[in-house]
Amino acid sequence: MKVGFIVNPLAGIGGRVGLKGSDGQDIVDKAFSLGAVCEAPAKARKALERLLELKDKIDLVTWPGPMGETIARELGFRPQVIGRLADEITTPHDTEAAAADMAAMGVDLLLFAGGDGTARNVHDAIGSRIPVIGIPAGVKIHSAVYADTPAHAGDAAKLFLSGSGRIQIKEAEVMDIDETAFREDRLSARLYGYMSVPNVRNLMQNAKAGSVSTEHETMVSIASDIISKLEEDVCYIIGPGTTTRAIMTSLGLANTLLGVDAIRGRRLIGTDLNEAGLLSLLDEMDAQGIPTKVIVTVIGGQGYVFGRGNQQLSHRVLRRVGKENIVIVATESKMLALNGKPLLVDTGDAEVNEMLTGYAKVITSLNRTMAYRISC
Amino acid sequence: MKDVKLRKFHAASWDEPLIMELGRKGERGIIPPTPAKKVCEDIGPAKELVPSGMWRQEDIDLPELAQYHVLQHYLRLSQETMGMDLGADIGEGTCTMKYSPKMHEQIVNSTKMTDLHPLQPDDTLQGILEIVYGLEQYLKQISGMSKFTFQPGGGSHATYTNACLLRKYHESRGELAQRDEVITTIFSHPCDGATPATAGFKVITLMPDENGYPDLEALKAIVSERTAGIMFTNPEDTGIFNPKVAEYVKVVHDAGGLCFYDQANANGIMGIARAFDAGFDACHFNLHKTFSSPHGCEGPAAGAYGVREELARFLPVPTVEFDGSKYFLDYDRPDSIGKVRSFMGNLECIVRAYAWIRSMGAEGLKTVAKISVLNNNYLDMLLLRIKGVSRPYAEGKRRLEQARYSLEQLKEDTGVGTLDIKNRLSDFGVQGYWLSHHPWIVPEPFTPEPCETYSKADMDYWAAAMKQSIEEAYEDPSFSINAPYGQAIGKIVDDSLIEDPERWACTYRAFKRKHKKD
Repeated sequence: MKVGFIVNPLAGIGGRVGLKGSDGQDIVDKAFSLGAVCEAPAKARKALERLLELKDKIDLVTWPGPMGETIARELGFRPQVIGRLADEITTPHDTEAAAADMAAMGVDLLLFAGGDGTARNVHDAIGSRIPVIGIPAGVKIHSAVYADTPAHAGDAAKLFLSGSGRIQIKEAEVMDIDETAFREDRLSARLYGYMSVPNVRNLMQNAKAGSVSTEHETMVSIASDIISKLEEDVCYIIGPGTTTRAIMTSLGLANTLLGVDAIRGRRLIGTDLNEAGLLSLLDEMDAQGIPTKVIVTVIGGQGYVFGRGNQQLSHRVLRRVGKENIVIVATESKMLALNGKPLLVDTGDAEVNEMLTGYAKVITSLNRTMAYRISC
Repeated sequence: MKDVKLRKFHAASWDEPLIMELGRKGERGIIPPTPAKKVCEDIGPAKELVPSGMWRQEDIDLPELAQYHVLQHYLRLSQETMGMDLGADIGEGTCTMKYSPKMHEQIVNSTKMTDLHPLQPDDTLQGILEIVYGLEQYLKQISGMSKFTFQPGGGSHATYTNACLLRKYHESRGELAQRDEVITTIFSHPCDGATPATAGFKVITLMPDENGYPDLEALKAIVSERTAGIMFTNPEDTGIFNPKVAEYVKVVHDAGGLCFYDQANANGIMGIARAFDAGFDACHFNLHKTFSSPHGCEGPAAGAYGVREELARFLPVPTVEFDGSKYFLDYDRPDSIGKVRSFMGNLECIVRAYAWIRSMGAEGLKTVAKISVLNNNYLDMLLLRIKGVSRPYAEGKRRLEQARYSLEQLKEDTGVGTLDIKNRLSDFGVQGYWLSHHPWIVPEPFTPEPCETYSKADMDYWAAAMKQSIEEAYEDPSFSINAPYGQAIGKIVDDSLIEDPERWACTYRAFKRKHKKD
């Protein structure tokens, strides 16, 4: 088994000194001048430590110095070190090059430590071609490709590597949080893409709980629930995500994974709609007296239903659709991964946020819902 | 706990083949004598005694073994398992593994029981009917309900019976089409969601609030004219007793639904709190847990399902009635949901439960509840002193008869998880513990239940074995990960053996089909 290991040593460096992220050279410089220290390597080390037991069974491939080599050697691995650092200070290009090279070498799993930006770099390089596990080293991470803690990331990797092919893979979100906007307290969070991650929650339980449905089966079950209730003369706005994609796939319709589509009478009536497109769709439906419903899923690892990755569904759109016409779908494992934290909405409009809070019946499979709290 | 000396245990290991692989053609256990000539003449050919449609067309594919080889085989297998009376089965929480008095086995194994046939006329079944009727009277008092059935063959079967009754009740009011939602909680037994789903309801699950109780505000937000009922436990799997349960009942009643109390684990409340008094419409007991029948792989189960007076007409047929002079089976119940199982249920469980209640007496039952709660809180104190063990939800609040703990910290610190500790624990001569129902909400869970059977010394031993197992993990994680060392079979390294359908089968015939292709 070949395992790639990439560390973005600068991940999270801006957070500790109140800079809300670490993307961009000037921010990194500013963080250092404010006395920030690199915490990412220690976190990455904590994850890699968990693989010591498999030291002789895996071939570790890593990038020089602070991007993985140092930690690997300190722990007693004998890694194959590839690539070359252009500069003392690492950049996103290093991450991308490392991920691309490792993918080309045929690694079975890529472990990377970083934050949302790092996940985007890895995604740019390898898409969803090979399984990855993110070691959380950023401050607040929205991308669901990351494990809860560095140790969990290591445990997940260990399970994956010793699981002899029984591991289910699921797709997890990579989020694009625009840090510049975020620093100015403006919100710009885009759903950037998906990467493949091992479905560890299921894996840990399988031995005792018997057969647990795969993520895919659960999504199909959710789609069945939605389709069984589909009304002919209602317009459905379908939010982004793999769970909502399953509905479109089951209906045999094309869909926009990262965007918003609309259907009516099981036919596609709008593709990759932006806010303006949605508002004019609502006008059109209103004129015809056709009610509109919105079907969305939880995006990313922080539990956002609105405001991260589906900004097209703006407060203006949601106000017109109304709370009673919003349907939330999510797999049980995704809901449980929130560890009891509420679902979140952040539409940028306090009144609409308020309207959306309360309790929702989140559809978790055919004829099964979870009563869950929504906060803002 | 200081003076506990941990026992060295090692199971027998026989490397025993499957029985299907034993014996050889022509080997025989018993060779029956040829019948006397006169008998043959009187009866005629044996073949003619059996209707032709029941004759097997092909030879049966069974192993051929001498009787003593069969005995050897099963004795060896039994030696490779941790039988029910060998260790203090404190770990198997939610299962109430109490001691099952052996005298009760003599009763259920007597010919008075074993020679009964369920199709005998009622007037020849008076003894057993009196016991069934008598047990019903006791359970009515314990729960406050008005009528019981013992037909369900287990706890989940009883909750399924409740789901069927919910349908019948709403149908009788012309509301079945409208009332299609049943509410349960994530920490109730999964059957409280699964059985109404099987009965055609849509199921809504409540999550815990910050105190570990089912979220009452969520319940208020989701009840409606579509609510058929709620089915849940109290205490839930966490062991946290919800003192405000009557409020939940009121919310559901106000919405027009019925309330079912899953009392599979009644050991902590028996004789102390009654389902009826909290406003519930129905409840069930597991005779094989709270009322001492051996269970798990050690015996059959019985779900005793009881309802309020207004719902009694819907119970399965037959019910056992008494007209003042004799007991009889009543099939003439037009509103009944019908049968959920043949005949009257698993009678041996009913007889053991009856015997157990008679031997304990009313005060005895209350004492059971008190001791089981006391025991659990003693064990709780011992366990929470162990590094790496935590008990999520409702910090500082006492649990009733069981509690769900987490080894998340241990896992974080060492990489050793609850499955590893469970394996290692069995090396100390106690049964492995129960982890959690699905889904795992508490990470790295374990759920012990030291019911009234167990002495202080038993609990000290169990906690000491846990402490030792966990301390070992902190010292040398790889030692813990490779446990157990004293069992007939070591650690199952490749879990895919039990997860990959290509690699296992439910029967030998299916196994052969998959792997030997003959």
